[in-house]
Amino acid sequence: MNGEMNNMPPVLSILIWLPIIAGILVLALRHVGHGRWSRWLANLAAWVAFIIAIFVLCRFQTGSGMMQFTERVMWIPHFSIEYALGIDGLSVLFIGMNALITLLVIAAQKSDSKSGYLSALLITSGLTYGAFSARDAVLFYVFFEAMLIPMYLAIGVFGGAQRRYATTKFFLYTLFGSLFMLLALFYLYSVSQTFSMEAWQHLPLSIYMQLILFGAFFIAFAVKTPMWPLHAWAPDAYVEAPTGAAVMLAATKIGAYGFLRLLLPIVPDAAHQLAPLMIALSLFAVIYFGIVALAQTDLKRLFAYSSVAHMGLVTLGFFLFNATAMKGAVLLMVSNGLAIAALFFVAESLKTRFGDCKLTDCGGIVKAMPWLATLLVFFAMANIGLPGTSGFVGEFLVIIGAVGHQSGYQLLVGLLAATVLIIGAAYTLWMVRRVVFGPITHPSVVALSDLGTRERLLLSVLAAVMLGFGLWPQALLGMADASVTQLLAHVALPKL
Amino acid sequence: MMLALIPLLPLLAALFAGFFGRRVPRCWSHWVCCAAVGISFLLSANVLYEVATLWPSTGIQSNSVTLYTWLDLGSTKLTVGFLIDPLSALMMVVVTLVSFLVHVYTIGYMKDDPGYARFFAYIAFFTFSMLMLVMSNNFLQMFFGWEGVGLASYLLIGFWYTRPSATKAGMKAFLMNRVGDFGFIIGIGLLFAALGTLDFKEIFGRVDELRGLNVSLWPGVEWSLLTVACIGLFIGAMGKSAQVPLHSWLPDSMEGPTPISALIHAATMVTAGIFMVARMSPVFEGSDTALSFIIIIGATTAITMALLGLVQNDIKRVIAYSTLSQLGYMTVALGASAYSAAIFHLMTHAFFKALLFLAAGSVIIALHHEQDMRKMGGLRKRMPITYVTAVIGAWALAGLPPFAGFFSKEPIIEAAHSATVTGHTYAYWALMLGVFLTACYTFRMIFMTFHGASRYGESKSDAKRGAHKKAHGVTHEAHHDVHESPKVVTIPLIVLAICSVFAGIFCVEPVLIGDYFGAAIHGNYVAHPAMAELHAEWHGILDYFLNALLSAPLWLALAGIATAWYFTLSSPKSADRLARSLGGVYNALKNNYYVDAFYERVFVRGARSLASVFMQGGEQFLTEGVLVQSTSQLVRWGAQGLRYLQTGYLYHYAFAMALGLLVLMTWWGIL
Amino acid sequence: MPGLEPTLLHYLLLAAALLVISLVGIIANRRNVLVLLMAVELVLLAANLNFVAFSVYYHDLSGQVMTAFVLATAATESAIGLALLILLFRRRGTIAVQTLDVLKG
Repeated sequence: MNGEMNNMPPVLSILIWLPIIAGILVLALRHVGHGRWSRWLANLAAWVAFIIAIFVLCRFQTGSGMMQFTERVMWIPHFSIEYALGIDGLSVLFIGMNALITLLVIAAQKSDSKSGYLSALLITSGLTYGAFSARDAVLFYVFFEAMLIPMYLAIGVFGGAQRRYATTKFFLYTLFGSLFMLLALFYLYSVSQTFSMEAWQHLPLSIYMQLILFGAFFIAFAVKTPMWPLHAWAPDAYVEAPTGAAVMLAATKIGAYGFLRLLLPIVPDAAHQLAPLMIALSLFAVIYFGIVALAQTDLKRLFAYSSVAHMGLVTLGFFLFNATAMKGAVLLMVSNGLAIAALFFVAESLKTRFGDCKLTDCGGIVKAMPWLATLLVFFAMANIGLPGTSGFVGEFLVIIGAVGHQSGYQLLVGLLAATVLIIGAAYTLWMVRRVVFGPITHPSVVALSDLGTRERLLLSVLAAVMLGFGLWPQALLGMADASVTQLLAHVALPKL
Repeated sequence: MMLALIPLLPLLAALFAGFFGRRVPRCWSHWVCCAAVGISFLLSANVLYEVATLWPSTGIQSNSVTLYTWLDLGSTKLTVGFLIDPLSALMMVVVTLVSFLVHVYTIGYMKDDPGYARFFAYIAFFTFSMLMLVMSNNFLQMFFGWEGVGLASYLLIGFWYTRPSATKAGMKAFLMNRVGDFGFIIGIGLLFAALGTLDFKEIFGRVDELRGLNVSLWPGVEWSLLTVACIGLFIGAMGKSAQVPLHSWLPDSMEGPTPISALIHAATMVTAGIFMVARMSPVFEGSDTALSFIIIIGATTAITMALLGLVQNDIKRVIAYSTLSQLGYMTVALGASAYSAAIFHLMTHAFFKALLFLAAGSVIIALHHEQDMRKMGGLRKRMPITYVTAVIGAWALAGLPPFAGFFSKEPIIEAAHSATVTGHTYAYWALMLGVFLTACYTFRMIFMTFHGASRYGESKSDAKRGAHKKAHGVTHEAHHDVHESPKVVTIPLIVLAICSVFAGIFCVEPVLIGDYFGAAIHGNYVAHPAMAELHAEWHGILDYFLNALLSAPLWLALAGIATAWYFTLSSPKSADRLARSLGGVYNALKNNYYVDAFYERVFVRGARSLASVFMQGGEQFLTEGVLVQSTSQLVRWGAQGLRYLQTGYLYHYAFAMALGLLVLMTWWGIL
Repeated sequence: MPGLEPTLLHYLLLAAALLVISLVGIIANRRNVLVLLMAVELVLLAANLNFVAFSVYYHDLSGQVMTAFVLATAATESAIGLALLILLFRRRGTIAVQTLDVLKG
């Protein structure tokens, strides 16, 4: 946050622009060789970005809360807007996850997928890197908003039956939310004459102004996260989006990241003051979405609600202001991204076989498709936090942190947070029972083929990552630890 | 590192059987798994040997090994590691021994099952998880094992996944366990909040810091942190060890294959709760309220579940209810602070209950998957080894001398008697009555299965599992081919029978009375004198025998056997008459006190209706309807209204312009 | 006669009167687009009058130069306007203003 370390080539810029340029080229090459070239190029770009991201992860210096891989160029001098990039422990995990998700999403595309779709995915991916590495608020805002465009098109053009409705709702909600953020950014510029997010962290603000800014940031990020009651776009968008886009949308936790990057450090006093409300909203989301998930008949929708419920646990972890819970929340963001990606992929595999993902239509798939069934059970269990898998780490830490946080409602918050154990198990097991086990409900199930090599490889990679993360989370937390600690220390100081 | 091998070998075997089991010949699966668990057992036995013989002389009390740091939270490190002390050493041996025998037994029992390799993968994975649980040196890893065994149990109960009843039972087991885990994680969280660590030894060393701390539910409602934490942990134990009211998953879990009923739902997994409370004895000693809670729950379980055992006709369900009841005994011992008595009973129970289940399994395969005792009878002559071993198991379960149960059950009753916490008198009388009931239902099962006239092969048409039997090619002459089970089945029975005979008499002095556990179990003998009383009353085995002759439990047990004999063999009709005359009570017992119906109606249907209310009222009406649709409706109406201003006539626009000009000029003060 | 000597105010009043007449012509005229065009010309005429009056008043020729520009603009405007008018009449068969109402929400 304070110092800078850079003796690197501009890797972050490469990470951002490589997929974007590749995306444009993919679109340009769509007619060449029946789109074979563009698919090849998309895969190449995803691989290169992945390798660069791995390089970034390896060269990232743990134990430091400083910005690394920094780049800084004056962009619009008149308003002192800079093209300033850099990552710290908070962003590095998401850079890595975005790389992995992009690679899997692109690699999962079948040979008949449209170039336009691949291009949208690549551009989204590049913009996501940008949002995670921006240090200038305007730059962040530009990346954050620009992501809407390819995603809007990906859902609206390549989505399911209700795609127009879903994508319009998604666009309007997100745009509506971020306009408030834009106002907040302008205000902050007017009092500080800079758009540097780090400078804003040390900007003294009155509590009233902080509360207003909190509201503005909250609406933007609560929509994107999504939090109750601003979630209405999410289930529809996740379900109607083509799987790759749904994965990119649900797995890159840019909304929750906004809480960490902007909201908490810039208006900490308002955050403290409104913490009870935020905790209540988060807990409500955990329980409400969990129970709503029980009523779902569509597999993808069930996973969507489950993801949103877990995001409730994430925001709960943010607002407990407790090291355990905060670290848990950051890890939960990553693990939920992985889990929801895996589950959407599985749903896609089922969908290509059954035509849809109605729970009532698939049944007894374990008989015909043991691989698919096994992986589905594994991912579902990881999603509800079975120890040894990625989902457990964050869930456990947030619940433990909730029980241990400092307030008069300690036990109540802990108890309500822990209900996720029961509710999560309920909808997951019920789903597993109807889909995986039980008698075969669909006459064609017997004839269906199990996962192909590509799908199997793809899902096994995800499973391995989730297992590795669950067995040794220190590898991830080690990278984020210093920054999270620094953030907590910063948030604890009043800045009135 | 040798320690790490103990759990890892079964894990590797499980991975082998799970991933390659279907591609290699079937015998590879069982060889690999049996060998892995067998080596684990030998290594565990070696550990036990060292702990029991070498440690006392060198003064070592426990050995805590850290494998790696799982998570570094700054203030504390969450690690994966092992805590080896007398308690865990004993548990390791019990787990691996029973597991090994069950592995061997499975070779015979699951011979024809298409999911052969999968079954071995599951039970080997279970063994791994259970070992991680008992060997862990911190709560995190214990929770890992705790959930791992839960998962294994879930998968194994639903092993025959085409049966809806099996998948339902599996789901029920997992969910009820999760309710327990809910309490467990709260307990862990509270201890972590207060002490900032999850390491057992650190928690035990600093348990005094917990006294006087409070935890508030909401401002104004404050409870002692220690009590809430203990009750939370114990709720976890209630889920895992199936204590009332979280018990109803265990009888249903009998849907799974019999070997796992023996291994998981009798000998090992369900005792994890008991083990955990014993492990946490220094913490539990601090809260009399929690101990009272424990003793009352335990006594209730012991008595109510024993009553249910009386009316079951499914042989496995009888044993399942008996397991529940015995778990209640162990829980009472925990509540009475007689932790070593609980662990001792856990050990003997593991042997004789596994034995009974495996014997029942032997009968079940001999009769081609017939589990209804009303269709058995007279098997004594056809299956002599099974018969003898089952009687030994029943004898031990009933607590009759000189077998294992005799030595482990009586001290629990004594402990309940001399305990001081609230509810101990109730517990004492409940256990006394329980002794009578235990003997009664156990021998009712023995008599119905092995004695009397043979009834198998009768009334095929009404048999619930008729279809299943046909699948096995059973004809009306089925009873002719009823014969003793193969050696892979009988040898585990014999080994377990030997353990059931001798585990009591040889282990009672060192384990229960002696100083075997040392510092591994911590009791506050001043406040909770039960163990001290037991020690004081102990004057050697012979004296114990003589005392038993004069004490009530022995005679109650004999009376129980006599009752069972009267109602099953001597005068079977009187049992029906009794059942009829106690119509309401009998039905309540038959239906598990309507607990299942209650849960079904309140929780399952409640959750589903709540879900549909949330879905329709919350999502569809409030979020989608009010928030989204009415916003867009509002915009539409607004636009609808505004478009009337836009007439399209040039002269209207010009007029508006002129008017606007006038207004602006007025505003600027020109006019 | 000094009393009848026109002052700046008179010119301005005349221009204002012309403007008001033209505005009324635009607003109140619903029949004929031709009249509309004439009214628009009248607006320009009013502006021109002001330009000239001020030019004389301030002894600054640039006002009269401006008038030449405006006249040129007015000429082109009326040329384009009449051309459009003819097109409109060919297409619609009428040049009534109240039929031209497609520009609405």
